[in-house]
Formats: sequence, structure tokens, C-alpha cells
Amino acid sequence: MSRRVSRRPPAVALVLAGLALATFLVAPLLGLLERAPWRELPGLLGEPEVRTALRLSFVCSLSATALSVVLGVPLAWVLARTRFPGQNVVRALVLIPMVLPPVVGGVALLLAFGRRGLVGQWLDQWFGVRLPFTTPGVILAETFVAMPFLVITVEAALRSLDPRYEEAGATLGASRWTVFRRVTLPMIGPSLLAGAVLTWARALGEFGATITFAGNFEGRTQTMPLAVFLALETNPPAAIALSLVLLAVSVTVLAVVGSRVLARPRDRHVGAAAVSL
Amino acid sequence: MRRAASGVMLVIAATGACSDRGGTETVRVLAASSLTEAFEVVAGRFERAHPDIELELSFAASSELAVQIEQGAPADVFAAADEMTMQKLVDSGNVAGEPVPFARNRLAIAVEVGNPEAISSLADLAEPGLVVVLCAEQVPCGRFADEALERAGVQVTPATLAENVKAALSLVQLGEADAAIVYATDVEGNAQVEGIAIAEDENVVATYPIARVAEASNEDDARAFVDFVTSVRGQRVLRSFGFLAP
Repeated sequence: MSRRVSRRPPAVALVLAGLALATFLVAPLLGLLERAPWRELPGLLGEPEVRTALRLSFVCSLSATALSVVLGVPLAWVLARTRFPGQNVVRALVLIPMVLPPVVGGVALLLAFGRRGLVGQWLDQWFGVRLPFTTPGVILAETFVAMPFLVITVEAALRSLDPRYEEAGATLGASRWTVFRRVTLPMIGPSLLAGAVLTWARALGEFGATITFAGNFEGRTQTMPLAVFLALETNPPAAIALSLVLLAVSVTVLAVVGSRVLARPRDRHVGAAAVSL
Repeated sequence: MRRAASGVMLVIAATGACSDRGGTETVRVLAASSLTEAFEVVAGRFERAHPDIELELSFAASSELAVQIEQGAPADVFAAADEMTMQKLVDSGNVAGEPVPFARNRLAIAVEVGNPEAISSLADLAEPGLVVVLCAEQVPCGRFADEALERAGVQVTPATLAENVKAALSLVQLGEADAAIVYATDVEGNAQVEGIAIAEDENVVATYPIARVAEASNEDDARAFVDFVTSVRGQRVLRSFGFLAP
């Protein structure tokens, strides 16, 4: 029998990894599953309020993800590819929504986009647009909280990308936009997808900024997390059931899209991108 | 391996330090949002009278606190904004003894200072285009508001249903809402909003009960606080915040 270098991970890592899984994932999940009112579950899913909240959650979280991609990719590109004074400050600012308590984020959004807010008063006066307590308000709140996940993922991918591929494209006469579309985008594709999935997951679970800025009204601003929170006050089994629905949906999506993308080594795509040029 | 073990020990030591409370006894009081200001003053007076007892106050919607207690959150005293929520805990055996009513409260309409929309009654809240905030029906203030609106025969389309009474109030304070139905005590002495009284025959009176939690870790001190709230001194503070005698 040939002797080979042990590929078994050290026991310490295994123990700590097991502890992490057990404490932060398995135990809370089992807690939910154990108390779940399985028999009432199908009935709850049929309830119009639940379906309304679920639909609203999807519409808003997908819109927030789209908005994050449209605005976040250029932002990530600027942060990764250009140099300007105060860049580090801007990079720190981008991360603020991640550290800010979401409720505080919601208040900040009210102070900015509320009808008395810095920007909101003009939106109201000039265009008659009011964002608080509306579905676009939910999308705004979710984008605010979730976009940093996209920006940091994409920026990291752009920074780790060898600029020579882009330079090569440019020397072959491709315009900047063509280079971005044909070289940069395919190479950061997996990271972009990973960032988008993280962003979507964060937006789907968003609670604090949403209830503070967009409020809570069925069909308009009451997303699943809000419905869960309020159901908890009067009907905990229903709240658990709603949480399970949300959980099942997000785990499915994350399992299908996320895990493969998140675990994929980036370099494998370098060749593919070079070919597609 | 030894390094990892010492790391684990460090974590254990750190969590231990969090629960170390020193010499004084701690009584954990969970109270309805609407009691926030009044109970902070009551707590200050109580701690002065009982230097060996330290109070930990936690405010949220009564219904939310009730869920926390049912799920075994550490608590010694519960003060609710309605009897229905308290009764649920009595029925589930989470409360020790009979709850004592210690205050009553009415509803009022909170509007912006100066009352720019000239709101004078519940009926005015039906005005189209007016941004009205009610509490969600799951929390006491929302149930009471629904009852009052029904009595007044008024249909209101709220812009949002707030998760507790203070959240509803803060939207008026921020100028995002034109009006909110809150408790009379929320507008009394609050310089940031103006209170509009609701007609007597349309108004709803909420009775606030207080009780010791069955799982209280600190029974005697919990009882001392309940006694203090119902005593003349506690009642004087509550009255000064606009609460009615029980």
C-alpha cells in the first residue's frame, strides 16, 4: 500500500466546523421543523394573504436584485478599475448598509426619501412621487440593504482578474464596451451570479428597513418576513409555517443556483473567456 | 489541539462573564410599548427605594412580549396594554396569581403640531389622500383602533399598519403620516405631536394588567415591583403621564 500525504482535515477544524453547523444551522432549523404545524401547512399555503405576501416578496426581491445589478456592477467596476481621491472612503460607504441596523437604515431612508425627506420632498412636490408605504418603497429598502453584497462580490472578482486579458482585447481593436461585454463579463460571470444570488437572498429576508420605510400593508408592502413577524404575535404556529415556506423556497434556489456558483473556482473560466474573445 | 481547547475555554469564560450580575438582584420587566416613558420614571423611583434591586426594562407590543414569555424568555414581571393578551398567558399558565389592573388608557388621534390637516374627529380620518397610520390588528392598539372606528362608523384606508404604537407615533413625528390612532398617553406631554381627543362615545378604554411571570427567577423582588406600581407612588407617576386610575 502506498503511503501518501494525509488529506484528512485536522481534528480541530472538524470539531469547530461541526460546532458551527450544529449551533448556527442545524439546531435552529430543527427547532422550526419540530414545532411546525405540518397538517395545517397546505391550508396555510392556500390562504390568500400568504400567497399575496409570497408573491410580493418575489416581485420585490427580484426587482431589488435587478436594480442592484444595474447600479452595483458599474459601481463595482469604478471601485476596481479606476483611481480617484477618497476611494477608500467610498468603498467603506458602500458597506455601510451591511453594518447599519436595518431599522436605522429604514429611518435614514425616511429622512432621505420620505415626503419631508431631503430628496423626497422634491420628489413629492415636482413629480407627486411618494415612496414610503408603497411597493417601490419596499424595493428601495431591499436594494439599500442588499446591494453591498453584489458590489463587494463583483469588485473582488474584478480586482482578481488579470487586466492583461482586457488589454489584449483592447489592442485587438475592441471598444471598451465590447471588452467589458466579451471579456470582463464572461470572466466575472460566476461571481456576478454568486453576488446576485446573495443579494436576492438578503433582499428576500429583509425586514427592518422594509417595515420602517415601506410600512406594512397587505398586498402593497407586507412581504413574507413582515407577515411572519406579525403572525408571531397572535398565531405562532402560522408564523412557523410561513417561515418554513420562505425557508424552503430560499434553500431550493440557493441549492440550485448558489452552491454550485459559490463553490466554483474562478480560474477555470479564464480559458473560456479568452476563447470567446 | 491545546490551543483550540483554550479557545473554547475563552468562549465559555466570555459567555459566563455576560451572565455575571454582581451583588444586586435583577428584576426583568417586560412592558407594553405605551408604558415606555411612564415605566422608566416608575423604575427610577423603585430603584431609589430598593437600592439592592436592579430593574431591566424591555418594551415592545404586548402581544410580542407575550410570545416571548410563552417561549421561555427570561422575565419576572409582565405589564400588558390589554386584558386579552394577559388572559392568554393566564390560560397557558405562564403567569403567577391573578393579574392586577394598574392603569387605564384611552385612544387619541396624533397629528402634526399645528394640526395642518384640521383633523377634529375619527370621521375626518376617512378623508381620501390623508396618510393615516393604524397599529396592526395583531397588537392591542390596532384592535382598539378598529373597535373605535367601528363605533364611530368610519372606514379608514391606512397607509400602513404599524408593528407597535410607538412606531405609529414616530411616523407622525417624522411627518410621514398625517394622523395615527394611538393612546392618549402617547400624545400627552409630547411636544412633537398634537393630540386630538376622540369623542367619549366612540373611544375605547384599555385596561392595563400587571402580573408576575410564573417562571420568575426572582419572585420576591418581582412582587415588590408589582406592589410598587400599584402603590400610591407608582400610581402618581402613571397619572402624571395621563394614565387613568384602574
